[in-house]
Amino acid sequence: MANAFDSTLLFMQSLHHKGHSLYEIQVIRELSGLILTRGPKLCNFVDWRGLRVVYKRYASLYFCMCIDQDDNELEILEIIHHYVEVLDRYFGSVCELDLIYNFHKAYFILDELLLAGELQESSKKTVARLVAGQDSLVETAKEQASAISNIIAHATKKVMNPLAIAF
Amino acid sequence: MNPFSSGTRLRDMIRAIRSCKTAAEERAVVRKECAAIRAAISENDQDYRHRNLAKLMFIHMLGYPTHFGQMECLKLIASSGFPEKRIGYLALMLLLDERQEVLMLVTNSLKQDLNHSNQYIIGLALCALGNICSAEMARDLAPEVERLLQFRDPNIRKKAALCSIRIIKKVPDLAENFINPAASLLREKHHGVLITGVQLCTDLCKVSSEALEYFREKCTEGLVKTLKDMANSSYAPEYDVAGITDPFLHIRLLKLLRILGQGDADASDCMNDILAQVATKIESNKNAGNAILYECVGTIMSIEDNGGLRVLAINILGRFLSNRDNNIRYVALNMLMKAMTVDAQAVQRHRATILECVKDSDASIRKKALDLVYLLVNESNVKPLTKELIEYLEASDQEFKGVLTDKICSLVEKFSPEKIWYIDQMLKVLSEAGSFVKDEVWHALIVVISNASDLHGYSVRALYRALQTTTEQESLVRVAVWCIGEYGDILVNNVGMLDIEEPITVTESDAVDAVEVAIKHHTSDLTTKAMALIALLKLSSRFPSCSARIKDIILQNKQSFVLELQQRSIEFNCILQKHQNIRAALVERMPVLDEATFSGRRAGSLPTSVSTSTGTAHNIPNGIAKPAAAPVADLLDLSSDDAPAPSSSGGNFLQDLLGVDLSTASAPPSTSQPPKGGTDVLLDLLSIGTSPPAQSSSSASDILSSIQDNTASLANLNGLTSLSPLSANGNSPASPAPVMDLLDGFGPSPQKNEENGPAYPSLDAYESSSLRMSFNFSKQPGNPQTTLIQATFTNLSPNVYNDFLFQAAVPKFLQLHLDPASSNTLPANGSISQSMKVTNSQHGKKSLVMRIRIAYKINGKDVLEEGQVNNFPRDL
Repeated sequence: MANAFDSTLLFMQSLHHKGHSLYEIQVIRELSGLILTRGPKLCNFVDWRGLRVVYKRYASLYFCMCIDQDDNELEILEIIHHYVEVLDRYFGSVCELDLIYNFHKAYFILDELLLAGELQESSKKTVARLVAGQDSLVETAKEQASAISNIIAHATKKVMNPLAIAF
Repeated sequence: MNPFSSGTRLRDMIRAIRSCKTAAEERAVVRKECAAIRAAISENDQDYRHRNLAKLMFIHMLGYPTHFGQMECLKLIASSGFPEKRIGYLALMLLLDERQEVLMLVTNSLKQDLNHSNQYIIGLALCALGNICSAEMARDLAPEVERLLQFRDPNIRKKAALCSIRIIKKVPDLAENFINPAASLLREKHHGVLITGVQLCTDLCKVSSEALEYFREKCTEGLVKTLKDMANSSYAPEYDVAGITDPFLHIRLLKLLRILGQGDADASDCMNDILAQVATKIESNKNAGNAILYECVGTIMSIEDNGGLRVLAINILGRFLSNRDNNIRYVALNMLMKAMTVDAQAVQRHRATILECVKDSDASIRKKALDLVYLLVNESNVKPLTKELIEYLEASDQEFKGVLTDKICSLVEKFSPEKIWYIDQMLKVLSEAGSFVKDEVWHALIVVISNASDLHGYSVRALYRALQTTTEQESLVRVAVWCIGEYGDILVNNVGMLDIEEPITVTESDAVDAVEVAIKHHTSDLTTKAMALIALLKLSSRFPSCSARIKDIILQNKQSFVLELQQRSIEFNCILQKHQNIRAALVERMPVLDEATFSGRRAGSLPTSVSTSTGTAHNIPNGIAKPAAAPVADLLDLSSDDAPAPSSSGGNFLQDLLGVDLSTASAPPSTSQPPKGGTDVLLDLLSIGTSPPAQSSSSASDILSSIQDNTASLANLNGLTSLSPLSANGNSPASPAPVMDLLDGFGPSPQKNEENGPAYPSLDAYESSSLRMSFNFSKQPGNPQTTLIQATFTNLSPNVYNDFLFQAAVPKFLQLHLDPASSNTLPANGSISQSMKVTNSQHGKKSLVMRIRIAYKINGKDVLEEGQVNNFPRDL
């Protein structure tokens, strides 16, 4: 995921596709330089260093995936769109800041969508349900922790903040 | 905020980093955070471990080193709570990859989590395994994953299926265990499981022919039925994309069918109907629909021939090609490229449209289309296609010109039906994009012109005309200047006029003007200017009336700051002034250049400097008769390659006199090169004594003129080499020119060691009863710290070693870089090699030491050998 106007560059596991461990920062810089200079009406595919990169722009955000030669480029565009729709549903009209401050959540969602570089779920509803299920587990753990720390606080008569399970 | 915690919240850290105005500020913030995190790690702080790791992930994404947090991942994964595990696994996938040894430590935690009672935790573990597992982990955990393929919750089944893909890719031997469970996944109704199951089957077929046979026999019909149900299903909101039910599943089913149908007529037959249905019924107004159609076309092109379907597929591609959406056109070109192997005729039908795509405004499409056009060209259509491409050369933008020029030149050389056409096309390319033409291309052009004696007049006139319109194109100027120098008299006298030519009147001084412009033009570089000087020297004897003027021009370069030009200018002036009697003979026209020698040299001698776009050796264009090379020329060719280097001054004198060897100015002094016996004999034959040019007596001149015939051809062959800016390579004895092989027979060639610095004896680093490993060392000059090691593994047993893997570890003061081995199979009594690079930061103080591990398989049985190498030469 690259940003057109900010120097912050977040590239997601999408670049990890098919085990190319490629998201080293230089690669990202070079690739984003290549992609960001392309005009709006051009096609969404770039051949670069023997790899094919599919990218799609949403407002100021670019989503990129490196793919194999025999992958279906048009389908990859659909997968990117699929992911963005799930993000949109999760964050409620997602924006760039959502993704920067909650990058881990963006990854959690991606992990429900792609695994080992392959699509694992074509239903947005199911993805949303699975992520929500895990989020609620975290919430429960947080509440328990804060309950325990309240007890400790009472017991020690010391003012102490609940342990922040969420950051 | 906890008063005892020194850390900030993740959100605050991100905000602080984002508010940094400069990179230095950002580095400062990151450094502070990293210090705090390190402190927390060393205190073994548990409460904030996951927050710290989240911060580290963010820092990692910004490109800072975060290796110190790797162990923290493992601790988080090993903790019991879900939130900790969730962050731990994410960090594991982000911060580590399969190359890190730390990863081995996580296997046990993964195993426990794969057996956990909470299905979300199983999901996390599967996800991590699927994304980063190594071959060893794959072996250890495959049984767990296999079991999870039958887990009650479909969401775990689908994750396990994708995880299996990674496992079988890492360890193809495990594929057979997965065939049955994978086949049962194909009967599922849950889309997620079905998608992943189909994907797993596809990958199984790729790694195992046994699996392919199995699925082809047992599952083809079922898959066809599933696809049929999908295609005919009514609206399903959960999976609907642009009016199509689950295009992702469609595409995966088509992909698997492609593999099953390939090379099997029965299976192909079975899927004909459904493919036809998909190809005709899917709507193509949305991207999702087009994605399916594209996949379907791919499947039709791959499975066994069915005429009707092929026509349908090619028509779809034709429709794609004329689509307004660039994406669609891109994939169409991509698919047509694949279709070339299947049905070239059908692709030819779309030639006009494809040619249009070469002119597209989108660089990705242009490049694809050009690649495709290149495949489309054959003897019958080369003329119109080249015409189109050359016309487009004018309009194309700068970045694209290089690629386009390459392709045109290579097409023209490959398919040229006749010489005159070849010369015409090359002239057009040179005039349009001469600065993009590679050296060997215009060298070849000169060779061709020189060989076409009936076209000398035509070529030189055409070049002269082209030179009048543009002087910006470097290689055009060079070829033109060369031709004017050689064939100046033909140019002026209009010899050999062809019917198609327009008459042209060129006076002697016009011709000199043209060369003068080239020498004075600001864009001309050293090579061009040097060539122009030679041309002038030649013209001085062809046009006696202009000789005073030519002398003036030559003299102007006497003050040149470029040594080479200055030297030439002085030498040529000397010839003009003092050697009138031999001048005419000295600058006689070059004999016909030998094409066979040239193309041989081109293919063999400069492999690193010239990479042609096609990667194939250049053929001299068709339709050109090869003249038989005179044996004498061969002898001289031998010596000409070496003449500049060895110290026989007579040979050098000749070289310098003719001023054809550009390399002497730039090459290091060649006196250190030991003369070689064989060459010397040849050179002595040619040698005219040791007197320097200024004092050369008339008798020396007489000798010169008496061996004139020889020197002329010597000069021309050198001239050819020196046209290339890389002539320093071409001429020095270290060059791998094919003739050197001949010379090797005369005596040992001692250069090798000098170039590579001091030599080290090779070392038998390791030897067991079954395997020997020896090291050969070399150093790069100027970099004493780094040693290049060429390891050679020799199989001492009669068994074949499979999956051969060599690993090495070095202490901290060393840095090791391993290249892949030449093969991972070591044949019986055979050997393979692998190179590595070791950088010794304590060079001179400590010597190298290395621990090695060699793993391989004999008949499927793992063998592991380990050892330590301490006996490296001391000064590495």
